[in-house]
Amino acid sequence: MATEILSGKVHVQTTINGEQVDFLAEPRESLLEVLRDHLGLTGAKEGCNNGNCGACNVVMDGALVNSCCVLSVEAAGASIETIEGVASPEGLHPLQQSFLENAALQCGVCTPGFIVAAKALLEENPNPTEYEVRWWLAGNLCRCTGYDKIVRAVLDAAERMRAEA
Amino acid sequence: MRAIQYAAPSTVEDAVAILAEHGSDARMLAGGTDLIVQVREDARDTGVFVDAKKIPELMELSVNADGSTTLGAAVPCHQLYNDAHFTATYPAVTDAARIIGSTGIQGRASVGGNLCNSGPAGDTIPPLIVHSAVCNIAGPDGERTVAVEDFCTAPGRNVLADGELLVSLTLPKPPAGSGSHYLRFIPRNEMDIAVVGAGAWLQLDGDTITAARTGLGAVAPTPLFVQAAGDALVGMTADEDAFAVAADIARDAATPIDDMRGTIAHRKQLSYVLTQRALRGAKARAQGGSPTNGH
Ligand SMILES: Cc1cc2nc3c(=O)[nH]c(=O)nc-3n(C[C@H](O)[C@H](O)[C@H](O)COP(=O)(O)OP(=O)(O)OC[C@H]3O[C@@H](n4cnc5c(N)ncnc54)[C@H](O)[C@@H]3O)c2cc1C
Ligand code: FES
Ligand code: FES
Repeated sequence: MATEILSGKVHVQTTINGEQVDFLAEPRESLLEVLRDHLGLTGAKEGCNNGNCGACNVVMDGALVNSCCVLSVEAAGASIETIEGVASPEGLHPLQQSFLENAALQCGVCTPGFIVAAKALLEENPNPTEYEVRWWLAGNLCRCTGYDKIVRAVLDAAERMRAEA
Repeated sequence: MRAIQYAAPSTVEDAVAILAEHGSDARMLAGGTDLIVQVREDARDTGVFVDAKKIPELMELSVNADGSTTLGAAVPCHQLYNDAHFTATYPAVTDAARIIGSTGIQGRASVGGNLCNSGPAGDTIPPLIVHSAVCNIAGPDGERTVAVEDFCTAPGRNVLADGELLVSLTLPKPPAGSGSHYLRFIPRNEMDIAVVGAGAWLQLDGDTITAARTGLGAVAPTPLFVQAAGDALVGMTADEDAFAVAADIARDAATPIDDMRGTIAHRKQLSYVLTQRALRGAKARAQGGSPTNGH
C-alpha cells in the first residue's frame, strides 16, 4: 500500500507523562508548539526555536530532545516526558528541591529544560563528575545564573538521590 | 514555518516512490536537526518531509557475517555512543557523535543526516572516510554504492539524484592492531562548528605503520580524504617524526577560506596540529590505550 502523505490538520495520538493524548496539528507545527499552544503544557519554553538553548527539552522515547526540532506529527505513537511529569503527588523531585535550595534559578526560563536534561543524566549516570554534568548540560543556556549554582544543584541532587536509593 | 506535507513510509521502496514523485520538493527527514531548522529559517524550501525513522533498514545497527557493520542512515548519535561494540570498533565515529551539538541534539541527530547535509564541517564525515565507510544508496533505478570520500560534491551538495536516498553505511571491520581518533578545534569547549576537524586511522605491526588514512573537515568545499598523508606513513615507525611528515602533507592538502570562524593561515596550521594529534590518538587506541588530548 502506498504511504499516505499527510497535510492540513493531522490527528495524532501520543503518550505524554504516561497518559494517552490526542491532538490535531499541522505537520509544520513543532512538538513544542503542540505542547504549549494546543495542550496547555507551558513548562517547556521557547528560547531560540533552533536547537541551541535547550529551554524546550523533553524526553522522547527515552532520548533527550529539543522539542522545537521535532515535528508535531513525529509524536505519533511516541512516549514523551515533560517537566509537568517530573514532580509527583508526594512532592517535588529531588532535582527541583535542590534547584530551590541551591538558588539555581533567577528568571526561571531555562529551569524546566535544565531539570528535564539533568533528570535524564542522573537516570543514565547517578554519580556524575562535575565535568560530566557540565558536558551533558552544554546545550542548556542560562542568561542569569552563571551556571555554577545549577551545576552544584545537580551534583547535590545526585548525592541525595544516591542516598535514598 | 511554511506549510509542509509529511509522510512516514515503512519501506525503502515507498520512500523512493515519494521522493521520485516530488523531485526536489521532497527531502528525507532523519533527526531534523538540520532540515527542520533550515526550512523554518527559510534557508531551504522543502514541501514534502519523508520520515526515515519508520524504515527498518534506515534504523539498523548490526554486525554482518564478515565482521563489517551496517549503520542505518537515521540511527541517532546517542544510540551509537551507547553501543559498546560500535564505540570500541569505530572510535573516531563516536568521537564525532559525542560532540555534535548537545545531548539534546544527539538524541535525534544521525550520522546519515550529517553526511547528507554535506556541510564542509560535518563532524562525522572525516571519521567515516578514515574508516573506509561506503554509502548504500537506493533510488528509482535500483541500488548503488559510493565511497564516503566521493559522496559530497560541494557545500550542501552530494551525489544523490532526485528520488535517491541514503539507506545505510557499511563500515569494514578494522584489522587487528588498528585504532582511530577524530578531534576538532572550536573556540569554545562545546556547541560550536569546527574551525578545522581531523580524523586518523592507522594499523600497527609492532611499532611499524602498515596502513593509515587521514581526513580533514572545514578546510575545503567538501570534507577531504588526504590519501597522500596515509600513504606516506606506510612502513614508517609510528613516532613523532612520522606524524610530522603526514601533518605536513595535510597542511598542504588544505585549501581553506577566510571566514568568521578562522583565517586561511590559522586553518592551515590547525590542519597540521590536528592531524598530528589525531594520529597520536589513533596510535594510542591501536595499542589499547586512549587519546590524551580532549575533543
Ligand atoms: C544546535 C545545533 C548544533 C549542531 N552542532 C553540530 C556540530 O557540532 N557538528 C556537526 O557536524 N553538525 C552540527 N549540527 C548540525 C546537525 O545536527 C548535524 O548535521 C546532524 O548530524 C544532522 O542529522 P539529522 O539526523 O538531524 O539530519 P536531518 O536534519 O534530518 O537531515 C539533514 C539533511 O540530510 C538529508 N537526509 C537525511 N537523511 C537522509 C537519507 N537517509 N537520505 C538522503 N538524505 C537524507 C535531509 O533531507 C537534510 O537535507 C548542529 C545543529 C544544531 C541545531
Ligand atoms: S527553543 Fe528549542 S533549543 Fe531553544
Ligand atoms: S535563570 Fe534566567 S535564563 Fe536561567
